[in-house]
Amino acid sequence: MTTTSDSRTTGTGEKNGRMMKLGAVGGDWLDQRVGGAGLVKFFARKIFPDHWSFMFGEVALYSFVILLISGTFLTMFFVPSMDEVVYDGPYEALQGAEVSRAFASTMYISFELRGGLLFRQMHHWAALVFMVAIFVHMFRVFFTGAFRKPRELNWLVGFSLMVLGMVAGFTGYSLPDDVLSGNGLRVIDGLMKAIPIIGTYLSMLLFGGEFPGTDIIPRLFTIHILLVPAAILGLIAIHLVMLVAHKHTHYPGPGRTDRNVVGFPLFPVYTAKAGGFFFLVFGIITLISATTAINAIWVYGPYDPSPVSAGSQPDWYMLWTDGGLRLMPGWEFTVFGYVISLNMLIPFAVYGGLLAFLALYPFLEAWVTGDDREHHVLDLPYNTPVRTGIGVAWISVYLILALGATNDLIALKLQLSINDLTWLFRIGIFVAPVLLFWITKRVCLSLQRQKRNTVLHGEETSRVVRTESGEMLEIHEPLNEYDRWVLVQHDDYRPLKAGNGVSSLRAKATSFFFKDRIEPVTPTELREAMEHAGHEKHVIDEATGGDYRIPAEKAHH
Amino acid sequence: MNQNLDGSFPARGVSAIAPKEDGGFPNPGLPPHVHRQADIDPKAEKRAERIVAAMFGISVIGTAIFIASYFVVTPTGTNLFAETGSTSALWWSNLITGLGLAIAVFFIGAAAVHWAKTLMPDEEMVEERHELKGSEETRAAAVGILTEGIQEAGIGRRPLIVTSMVAALVALPIAILAPLSTLGPLPGNKLHHTFWRAGMRLARDHDGTPIRAADVAMNSIFHVMPEELTHETPHYLEERAKAATVIVRIDPALGQNEESLANGYEGILAFSKICTHVGCPVALYEQQTHHMLCPCHQSTFDVTDGAKVIFGPAHRPLPQLPIEVDAEGYLVATGDFPEPIGPSFWEMYKEK
Repeated sequence: MTTTSDSRTTGTGEKNGRMMKLGAVGGDWLDQRVGGAGLVKFFARKIFPDHWSFMFGEVALYSFVILLISGTFLTMFFVPSMDEVVYDGPYEALQGAEVSRAFASTMYISFELRGGLLFRQMHHWAALVFMVAIFVHMFRVFFTGAFRKPRELNWLVGFSLMVLGMVAGFTGYSLPDDVLSGNGLRVIDGLMKAIPIIGTYLSMLLFGGEFPGTDIIPRLFTIHILLVPAAILGLIAIHLVMLVAHKHTHYPGPGRTDRNVVGFPLFPVYTAKAGGFFFLVFGIITLISATTAINAIWVYGPYDPSPVSAGSQPDWYMLWTDGGLRLMPGWEFTVFGYVISLNMLIPFAVYGGLLAFLALYPFLEAWVTGDDREHHVLDLPYNTPVRTGIGVAWISVYLILALGATNDLIALKLQLSINDLTWLFRIGIFVAPVLLFWITKRVCLSLQRQKRNTVLHGEETSRVVRTESGEMLEIHEPLNEYDRWVLVQHDDYRPLKAGNGVSSLRAKATSFFFKDRIEPVTPTELREAMEHAGHEKHVIDEATGGDYRIPAEKAHH
Repeated sequence: MNQNLDGSFPARGVSAIAPKEDGGFPNPGLPPHVHRQADIDPKAEKRAERIVAAMFGISVIGTAIFIASYFVVTPTGTNLFAETGSTSALWWSNLITGLGLAIAVFFIGAAAVHWAKTLMPDEEMVEERHELKGSEETRAAAVGILTEGIQEAGIGRRPLIVTSMVAALVALPIAILAPLSTLGPLPGNKLHHTFWRAGMRLARDHDGTPIRAADVAMNSIFHVMPEELTHETPHYLEERAKAATVIVRIDPALGQNEESLANGYEGILAFSKICTHVGCPVALYEQQTHHMLCPCHQSTFDVTDGAKVIFGPAHRPLPQLPIEVDAEGYLVATGDFPEPIGPSFWEMYKEK
């Protein structure tokens, strides 16, 4: 298959002829065995649109590949065992300390194995990049409405990948059995115990007895290197198959419609661009790992239930789950002698609610709009003020939770009281989303209003003409039809009245979404505006004699 | 009337799409193509070609550096830049190995992308989309196949098989509970007791030496474990995770809680070190305010008032270990903690 393709790109001459022949033979061999020709015909000229914002998903995919490569390397040397050994490696501060084999082997990888520290750091950095890329990709999809029909299921697949990414990350950084990872597991143990009725049983089952026990690291290891990556791989396959079936979305532009896809072919352009991009991501993660230390377990020391240092934070993508625990007041009740820990159960409910809302949003919006057409042209975020506002509000809650988990660090760096900061976040988590929703919505509407003006009156040129009657007129340059198309192509929605098959709940929902709307420019309006501009141009031409240069430019000439 | 605002009839309810007045604007189609430098200038084309080739060349150099670093810039063996086995040898090894690999892979990527951007076609191509749903015939055929299959299997005609099959499929997943239950023991009374017993001496954590009451200076803090709890103790870490205790000495005049003072010895009070929130060690003691702070989630406990929670997400006070002084002047426990230590749980107040 590849050899056939190669023949297309080689140069001219006899060499080319030989390559062609070789390629034809190889291609024929493969075609007779796997139907290679059909695959090439189907895939090689698939069109993908070009936009920088489409790269985030690619970054996630490529950092996952890097995770697999570096992770495979690490499994060759890491020992997932909690047996106690005496550390006798080159790191002096810990020599003689009783540590688990998991910790000792991580120390060996870091200090003695050639390239070990590099691959360990690459694995950890790639995990951080993986999660950043997933989140940014997810919100690119959210804000541009790429989750709309027919892509709702792929949104759910992507959402599951995000959750699995968090599980992969948490099980991964718990493995080295250092103080930080042990305390992370300690928190998981405490959270499980807070679950009514079955909490203590779950904790005993997970840890194979009391915390910390000697089972948890081998168990997490299997989850981390087998179950979760297998699930992630499977879901990535589904994600990509659906991407090919749906064909990629594109941003609105002249010539782009819901019935076509405009861009470059997979072969050769995207083979080079996307393939090359993998190596760029690989190179950048390697560069960071070569120069920037991460998860220095020798500084934290081996896990012991007694010591902990201030500034214990999980990796960034788990911060939000820790923030809720910090911000909750100590609410706990005893009913009929049984304990109900609201200080844990309420954060659980909030996290579940935030995730569920995100997962189900495409279905919610489809119910509101009742729009059952296929959408392949993306929305510009300012054309959907309420959706964009909701997205920003969601992110603000997420960020406040994440900031809440770093309140001790912020307090220390900014010399603030940790209690004041906690109160600020406690209030902020209610106020910020409402405020930011409103501000975002208003900004979007203003942008729509401004774009509408640009369509009708053209771009301002900053050249003002005074007519003989003293009237001041600014010269406007009309948009060309390609630029104008981007600003007039979008769909518009209206609130519905209850009745005639519309429930009052849905009527209220459409009112919430579409009550404040800027009507898009219609061709009639544009015609009228053009006529008006024509009159104005006439007046301006009379005053200037058709020469729009300012006096200074004329003098210079 | 179940009609869209734009006059069409959607398959599913009424849609909120607003009709486009005058049918909206026509799509002007793709704009004219603008050529790149390398498309019109053979010199620019040649230059781009050379840059791509050079970048592939740089990648080879990176590969060479990476391989060489395994022999001459190693953490514990030969190292050109630092003393063998030193921290700086590790630093250099990581840096050079990493830079080599970074150069090797980055420049393959840079070359490929530059090649695509400057020399491969940049005229946009158009591919038509097709509706995902099958044609009416296909859908009818699919329905036909499924109906026929269901008929052939006799699902409709054999309710006995269907009912028993559903029963079997519902019952089977319950089987998973059996292997799951073997993952760990039942909680029993494990969470209700710790290693502490009456008469056990309070020993300094890690060096294991017992503490005399006279050694505990005003406002000082000690991290303690039961003297008998050593590496040889079965379930050493689990016992440590429950028995960890801190002692502080406060001026008894400051004490606001008579019961707490009575369980201490001349203002020396022993509290569980395990936070009652989710179980982090409560390790930070503010001598001025007599507050203990959990570094994980900032629960704050007032030592002068029976370690009551004054801020943060914890609810219960830290359980207090009752102590006295033995004949030789050493601090000893007079019993276990009066209630379970660490995170609260459902059946915590049940007698076990």
